[in-house]
Amino acid sequence: MNNFSYLSTATAKDATAAVTGTKGAAFIAGGTTVLDLMKLNVENHAELVDINMVPFKGIEQTAEGLRIGALERMSDVGEHPLVVQNYPMISQALLQAASPQLRNMASIGGNLLQRTRCGYFRDVAFPCNKRQPGSGCPAQEGENRGLAILGGSKDCIATHPGDLGVALAALDAVLLLENAKGKQRRVPLVDFHVVPGSTPQRETVLEPGELIVSVTIPAAAHAKKSMYLKVRDRASYAFALASAAVGLDVQGGQIRSARVALGGVGTKPWRSLAAEKILTGAPATEATFRAAAAAAVRDAQPREQNRFKVELAQNTLVRALLELSAA
Amino acid sequence: MDHEPAFFETSPKPGVVGMPLNRVDGRDKVMGKAKYSAEYPLPGLVYGVLKTSAIAKGRVQSIDTSLAMKEPGVLQILTHLNLPKLAKTPNDPEGKKAIGAPMGFLPLTSDVIYYAGQPVALVVADTFERATQAAALIRVNYAAEAPIAAYTDKRAQIFNPEKIQDGKADGYTRRGDARAALAGAPIKMTAVYTHAINHHNPMEPGATTAIWEAPDRVTVYESTQGVTRTQKALSAYLGLPQDQVRVITKFLGGGFGCKGSCWPHTVLTVQAAKMVGRPVKLVLTRPQQFTSMGHREDQTQTLTLGASKEGKLLALIHEKTSTTSPWDNYAEANSKIINLLYECPTFESHYELGRANVMTSTFTRAPGEAPGSFAIESSMDDLAYQLGIDPIEIRLRNYAEKDPSTGQPWSSKSLRQCYARGAELFGWSKRNPKAGVTKNGRLLVGYGMATASYPVHNSQGTARVRLYADGHAVVQAGATDLGTGTYTVMTQVAADSLGLAPDKIRFELGDTKLPTAPNSGGSVAAGTVSSSVYMAAQDVWERLTKMAIKDPKSPLFKAKAEDVAMENGRLQLKKDASKGEDFKALMKRAGIDDIEGSGQGKYGSGYEAGQSAANASDAHKDEAGKHSMHSFGAHFCEVQVDPDLGTVRVTRWVSVHGAGRILNAKTARSQIIGGSIFGIGAALMEATARDPHYARYTNADLGDYHIPVNADIPDMTVEFIDEHDPYINAMGVKGIGEISMVGVSAAVANAVFHATGKRVRDLPITPDKILGTKSA
Repeated sequence: MNNFSYLSTATAKDATAAVTGTKGAAFIAGGTTVLDLMKLNVENHAELVDINMVPFKGIEQTAEGLRIGALERMSDVGEHPLVVQNYPMISQALLQAASPQLRNMASIGGNLLQRTRCGYFRDVAFPCNKRQPGSGCPAQEGENRGLAILGGSKDCIATHPGDLGVALAALDAVLLLENAKGKQRRVPLVDFHVVPGSTPQRETVLEPGELIVSVTIPAAAHAKKSMYLKVRDRASYAFALASAAVGLDVQGGQIRSARVALGGVGTKPWRSLAAEKILTGAPATEATFRAAAAAAVRDAQPREQNRFKVELAQNTLVRALLELSAA
Repeated sequence: MDHEPAFFETSPKPGVVGMPLNRVDGRDKVMGKAKYSAEYPLPGLVYGVLKTSAIAKGRVQSIDTSLAMKEPGVLQILTHLNLPKLAKTPNDPEGKKAIGAPMGFLPLTSDVIYYAGQPVALVVADTFERATQAAALIRVNYAAEAPIAAYTDKRAQIFNPEKIQDGKADGYTRRGDARAALAGAPIKMTAVYTHAINHHNPMEPGATTAIWEAPDRVTVYESTQGVTRTQKALSAYLGLPQDQVRVITKFLGGGFGCKGSCWPHTVLTVQAAKMVGRPVKLVLTRPQQFTSMGHREDQTQTLTLGASKEGKLLALIHEKTSTTSPWDNYAEANSKIINLLYECPTFESHYELGRANVMTSTFTRAPGEAPGSFAIESSMDDLAYQLGIDPIEIRLRNYAEKDPSTGQPWSSKSLRQCYARGAELFGWSKRNPKAGVTKNGRLLVGYGMATASYPVHNSQGTARVRLYADGHAVVQAGATDLGTGTYTVMTQVAADSLGLAPDKIRFELGDTKLPTAPNSGGSVAAGTVSSSVYMAAQDVWERLTKMAIKDPKSPLFKAKAEDVAMENGRLQLKKDASKGEDFKALMKRAGIDDIEGSGQGKYGSGYEAGQSAANASDAHKDEAGKHSMHSFGAHFCEVQVDPDLGTVRVTRWVSVHGAGRILNAKTARSQIIGGSIFGIGAALMEATARDPHYARYTNADLGDYHIPVNADIPDMTVEFIDEHDPYINAMGVKGIGEISMVGVSAAVANAVFHATGKRVRDLPITPDKILGTKSA
């Protein structure tokens, strides 16, 4: 870790001005990712601009759906009655993530920006294209048990580590962003994260100095009837080997609408429109679910150690759909 | 003392030994008053931070510290270019032996890089943050070579060592003709078992605070399982008399074997303190912990057994291949437990080692016994299913009435009772003999069990008792409390030995100024230190008895010493309890405020044979007596397996052990629970991943190296069989630190087999192995 200066700001304008005006400056909210990576020398920021006082708060029902301020804490959102009742998938994704201590600190915006747990990325002694573009990707032929089978490239197969993003991808969430000039724009969650391709250092469409203001999730029957299933190496406090965020609107045994996203297997939160297409209009049976699961992983490119994820992701998705349709 | 006192018998009125006394240090710990080795705010204290190697093999071509030295507050940067000369280093065999070093190489003594994470510099600065910043600014130019990551690498040099475990065990063992016996056996089975690299990961990382009190006298607050072993190591390194090196460890946040030796960072910190002339504190970061204090080595075991159709073992052949460092022939001695757990007329074992660019591995809780029991206890389970015999019954058919490896009778063995009681508590009789048929909804339910055993190693130590005429006592031994309850149980032993209430006793430990106690390792501490305390108390009573029988004012005047007994702090005639007096009255009359006694406690075969256990902890000379000395136990496990998701959850657990006298029902139960959880971790999730090309770990933190969390562990049932063993030590204590995890991984794997019909022989049993689609 390097020495750094610290600045606390109360408005988005001050914060973005500080970050764009100072070389090597970065935002800090809960700090659960940025401090971790600075201790590992993976990130070396000269200044941290604290945005915790910026009023990006609130959990409220709006005409567009549920609006959650980017600086709300994971624990508060996960336990909020509106979230628990109308978006159970989001509550479950949040409360199965990390530990209570981390959830009490980590913000919603920061969670969406959490960086990969790929061991090659987290240790500066290794080459890593994400950390040092062009240096190589030892994960391709190395310890890749936990890495992505979907959305990877020859330059990077780092898994998106989060759970919340997977749920938000499934439920058509839209992010509100604000840049240093005070200009706001809306970006659907599914377009917010990008696959690595040949530029794995670029993980989102966020521009320098731009902040996440809030996230809005439309109300829908498939959001109210939804769940998040997470499979991991231990019962709690572990990243997903595979997870499934599913929402179903079933009437008379027929699926009217469906939402599917996978976690733990993709380089970004992995919305599967192919699976949704198979589910929509089909009978809510295990056969349908199996077909949808097969479609969801059709493009999988497993490596030596993560081949099991192809089966695990499908089984996880099928299980989630079975449990949800039986509920 | 004139004679060896009798075996410790608690008084007819129940004493406090064995009672579930709360931890005497519990309040200080939860109040933050218990000081660990990195928590001494010495005047002028400065901070050391290690810079470690980015490569696993090669040389340091150049090292540029100029930028780092310019940082404010930086006092010194130690590298191989300026490390002050040491009297001895472990880089040669003679030095290694003198130091008792766990590894035959000291970093910063050469420009050669042998393993990833090897220290290349130690920065000292006035704050931790400045030292950390400076370490990041050091520029090291390496000449890198392609490293070898493990014995599995085709380029690794594979050899059969004559001795393993630093010469403590044989690389080849043969009893009878196992090959011939196997050829004639109706049942033959061969199975291959692998074990991942495991790291101890105590909550408290390695930590050293060193202060030079004088140019030739140093005090070290050290996170160690043995202050004396560290003292000896440092005195050899520094060329100082042993008494010029003081080592203090008042509290330890776990050790599990990795703190059983003096590792490089300790002596480097001492040298740094010498160079800057101020006390220096160094705490390993969690990633550094993975490459600083050893690990359990990656290993493959091949176990072949021959048996009769009735399930009687006829032959056992065990082969182990594992990774070791460039310098040392270290391997856990897995075969020992396989050689003695069951009656079997023939046995053979071989060890193979492969050199790789890793640091030397070291003892990890139940070294050898834990992975060895995984092999034998999985294979016994196999045999039971193949022959259609209950897993407990197959073990009873092969029950060893004496130690098959030595032919000696057991000093005590309660394994039958452990099986019976464990089965009863667990409800083993409800088990469906068929595998893969018991269900709970979508989940597959499995029952598994396994045997546990751990030796009573040879050891000895001393203790001192100072009894005050006002009814208080201070009891001292240079032992270590790993967090398991040494402070508490020794207080109990002292209380009963002195006839005082526990709150009248202060037990002090963890300082080389105190009487010498052994390392808290190999499960020897409880038995050795408790015996030492008891003997020291006996010494006090002997002195008081002599005073009494010479004192005309004493009711015991002119009594014979052998007719006098101590009962609840009272000296009295054995035959007439009314004739006697309280020690306080005797001492007051004599005008003495306090009286001191000391005693030596022996543990293991040295106790039975009346021999010195000198260097016993190094030599493990466990055969001096007439008896073979071991604890035994049985673990019972229920798992629920999700066959689609691959998850295995332990849902019920029962452990029953026969381990001699139990000193404290509560701390003992906690220790068995802790060891079982340690074993469940090894069984289901613990694995350090080493990149095959870079020989560097890819998950060196507690977020990605998984150990069990609360949600992984069910309520656990622990019981002990009442066991009286007069041969092992004066207290009859066997020690339970390690047996608690022996057999655990097999119990889990056997339950997984019962649930799924799938035998997993590769630890840990992660979801990918249940799904079975992981390609080779």
